[in-house]
Amino acid sequence: MKHTLSVLVENKPGALARIAGLFSRRGFNIDSLAVGVTEDPDVSRMTITVSAAEHPIEQVTKQLHKLINVIKITDLDPENTVARELALIKVKSDAGNRAEIMQLAEIFRANILDVGRNTLTIEITGTYEKIDALERLLFPHGVVEVVRTGRIAIERGQK
Amino acid sequence: MKGSEAIIESLKAAGTEVIFGLPGGVVIPLYDALFDSDLSHYLVRHEQGAAHMADGYARATGKTGVCIATSGPGATNLVTGIANAYLDSTPIVAITGQVRSDLIGTDAFQEVDITGITQPIVKHSYLIKDPKDIPRVIKEAFYIASSGRPGPVLIDIPVDMQNAEIDYVEGKKIDLPGYRPTLKGHKKQIRAAARAITAAEKPVLYVGGGVITAGAEKELQALAKLMKIPVATTLMGIGTFPEDNVLSLGMLGMHGTGYANYAVTHSDLLIGVGARFDDRVTGKLSTFARHAKKIHIDLDPAEISKNVLIDIPIVGDAKNVLAGLVAELKSMKRDARKTAAWIDQINTWKKKHPLSYQDEEGSIMPQFVVEEIDRVTRGNAIIVTEVGQNQMWSALFYKHKKPRHFISSGGLGTMGFGFPASIGAKVGRPDKTVIDIAGDGSFQMTIQELATAVCYDIPVIVCILNNGFLGMVRQWQELFWNKRYSETIISCQPDFAALADAYGALGITITEKKDVADAIRTAIKAKKPAVLDFKVRAEENVFPMVPAGKSIEEMIGGHK
Ligand SMILES: Cc1ncc(C[n+]2csc(CCOP(=O)(O)OP(=O)(O)O)c2C)c(N)n1
Ligand SMILES: [Mg+2]
Repeated sequence: MKHTLSVLVENKPGALARIAGLFSRRGFNIDSLAVGVTEDPDVSRMTITVSAAEHPIEQVTKQLHKLINVIKITDLDPENTVARELALIKVKSDAGNRAEIMQLAEIFRANILDVGRNTLTIEITGTYEKIDALERLLFPHGVVEVVRTGRIAIERGQK
Repeated sequence: MKGSEAIIESLKAAGTEVIFGLPGGVVIPLYDALFDSDLSHYLVRHEQGAAHMADGYARATGKTGVCIATSGPGATNLVTGIANAYLDSTPIVAITGQVRSDLIGTDAFQEVDITGITQPIVKHSYLIKDPKDIPRVIKEAFYIASSGRPGPVLIDIPVDMQNAEIDYVEGKKIDLPGYRPTLKGHKKQIRAAARAITAAEKPVLYVGGGVITAGAEKELQALAKLMKIPVATTLMGIGTFPEDNVLSLGMLGMHGTGYANYAVTHSDLLIGVGARFDDRVTGKLSTFARHAKKIHIDLDPAEISKNVLIDIPIVGDAKNVLAGLVAELKSMKRDARKTAAWIDQINTWKKKHPLSYQDEEGSIMPQFVVEEIDRVTRGNAIIVTEVGQNQMWSALFYKHKKPRHFISSGGLGTMGFGFPASIGAKVGRPDKTVIDIAGDGSFQMTIQELATAVCYDIPVIVCILNNGFLGMVRQWQELFWNKRYSETIISCQPDFAALADAYGALGITITEKKDVADAIRTAIKAKKPAVLDFKVRAEENVFPMVPAGKSIEEMIGGHK
């Protein structure tokens, strides 16, 4: 199962390496990782997605807690979380398919960032699944390059 | 003042009295500051020795050990010692020099990324980038190393940081928002544990090194005696419960006593305290204590249910939790006689499967040497061990009675740990007889520290159980690999007594059983470093033994 861990860390040298190292040492593959400062400039938030069963996730969470720079870890409950990812997709395009691609982008509420002689670059924000769906549809046109930020997520406000 | 002087001041402020180390280019400023200070520094012959000495010092005294090395090879020489301290949770602070800040990342002369190299084997590490941080970092390092579940902390200090001028302000209040060890056990959990204990008919306490760290032996003994619960210890837990007490089961696990392993297997309640259900203890996980409800008391939440599913976890310091448990039990209706039949059963096992070995005419048995050490020192010495058969015989055949009197590399199993660790232990406890029970293989891994022992007049006694083999590996080859002794015969050996003599230590070779006790007495009386080379029966095995991956009641050997 896919888990989204939201980890608050002190903004200290080596903190990122320690956290990433711990995952690999305990045999986990990180699917995506996004880091940025929070409302407190001394504290960063890492959003990590990993695929693992319940028991190993609990283990790795406990091990993460032992890192001195880790302040808090939340294994986000998908029911109660909004998650987004940003992707930039460069796709082959000429006069023949430009309109079709732009229409696809519109359906997905994606933006055209750049129009090249033989390419279009699309910016899309959304859930993991939405980005995957657009990627799949663009695939037959020839996807040149995909850059994804990895998931960031936040718990919903109280109802 | 200079950064280097701030290091010394901060070390002193943290309570440091002794340092083990060896200088090099980028720690010359630090050693220059040390030159004028009243800290005792022990110059080692190899930095691995410095780390193990700091470790042995920490284990014998409960204080934090300190070692220093230069950048590059000095730092990498510490790595085994740091890993050793990490796996056995001992508090050491390792200080390494680093190349000038502006050279970091350029593959400068003797530059290695030591914080990177040691990342998975430290509790925490620092690379100093601002000399003003020195006092705070050193204060934090000692706090982190020694609190909660202890462990090694590394501080990498570029040479320009040592040379910088700073205003020394003693480290302020420690502010580590991500580090708050849970010390107090949860009341409700303690009550649940107490109820389980009163309900149990066949309880066993399974005790590890956490009890020594917490200084909880009195509380442990109170609990065991109050409820008449037999106690098995891990290698790291040796000394928490006196082995001459009727409730003692000795050590459990791969080379545990038969009765300890039977007791755990047949128990209806297993109470783990400061132990981590290591594979050397549990054997095959699915059958380990399979009839027992399990309580686990540990400071480290990550150890709970890591290997074995726990019914009643209690996260907290062993001393707090055990005291709480005893108080709770005293306030409850309880009947300690409930375990009487269980104790009878255990006594039957003890009679049927005692620890034993077969004497051989004309040979010195290694177990006998250990028993003689016990007799001559009246069980009062600090026993340090190397790794292999010597370690297991030391664990089994010496009747251990006190915490911090048995020092052994458990988690990493580091050959060469014992001798430098014994030097560190003796530095910390000069009032004690300190004996390193060694193997002929292990001793040669750090033998050069004889120079350190002689130079500083540190009278430790090395008792080599010389079997001419990498004995423990040979034992596996004998039992599981058709006696094909591939590269385990160490026939090319120095004359250890002559070598000791060359270093200026006392050296004695012992080939007759009748001379064993005398040699030990002579070494103790000599009051100088000594090496006793006991030529023991070569192909003797450590029994009982649970083959790796088997259930712990499936022991081989050791049955009468
Ligand atoms: C540094 C290191 N290398 C290799 C081993 C693997 N090993 C475990 S026990 C052992 C044999 C030790 O021989 P010796 O010190 O003579 O002790 P004995 O078993 O003969 O008592 C070896 C090689 C180890 N534990 N540590
Ligand atoms: Mg040997």
